[in-house]
Amino acid sequence: MEIAIFLLFAGVAIVSAANILIQRHPIYSALSLIVTFIALAGIYIQMHAEFIAVMQIVVYTGAIMVLFIFVIMLLNVGAEQRVPDRVHVVKYFGLPLAGLLVVEIGLIVSHAFSSEGISVESASINLTGNAQMIGKALYTQYALPFEVTSILLLVAIVGAIVMAKKEL
Amino acid sequence: MIPLGFYLVVSAILFAIGAYGFLIKRNIITIFMCIELMLNAVNLSFVAFARFYSLLDGQVFVFFVMAVAAAEAAVGLGIIVALFRNRQTLNVDETNLMKW
Repeated sequence: MEIAIFLLFAGVAIVSAANILIQRHPIYSALSLIVTFIALAGIYIQMHAEFIAVMQIVVYTGAIMVLFIFVIMLLNVGAEQRVPDRVHVVKYFGLPLAGLLVVEIGLIVSHAFSSEGISVESASINLTGNAQMIGKALYTQYALPFEVTSILLLVAIVGAIVMAKKEL
Repeated sequence: MIPLGFYLVVSAILFAIGAYGFLIKRNIITIFMCIELMLNAVNLSFVAFARFYSLLDGQVFVFFVMAVAAAEAAVGLGIIVALFRNRQTLNVDETNLMKW
């Protein structure tokens, strides 16, 4: 049952991720990407990472993707045109190379973790209600990176305004 | 319990789709979305390792990745809006000059 749910979510995530590439209009790509994010949130919930799952839906689909769709609507972009020649060559070379990337990552991962065998999986401590634990970690062990992140976000706000403003 | 490898394979496939899309797509917004997809693939790996080693640090890292992704999306979309205003196109093949 557990594995069936995982395969369902993983299948939805991969198919809609592939759909991003198949669609020519960016708005359809954006909607497929939202489906991918929601499927990943489902996988996170299954891994008892509830806080991350909620963050995934609130921050990614709720903020970042809405921003994307907002920009697509604002710029009123049309579908991508088919470009002859060069792009097709890239496409036919790219697909086998992307497959090779999957194989490479798979080999490295299986090499790195086959010897260890991940014996810790039985020791899985109860991480339920992990928002509290993450909050505690953020404000103690990771207090400095957390504060630096706030500065980063401030810089991003200023940067976005500078970029989008007509003249300063 | 689902083996760790399953999560890593899904993560690798999503990352490869993102990398492939980054290379073949011509629309800058779609390219940007492919970057977000790659970030999410990495997040999945982080959460999977956090789960299997029973550590919380992976999830804290995902939190930071999301914050950086949000900052990146804000600045990147600002650049896209500025680019569109100057060139009237989003095709990356037509915007190959640094300055004009």
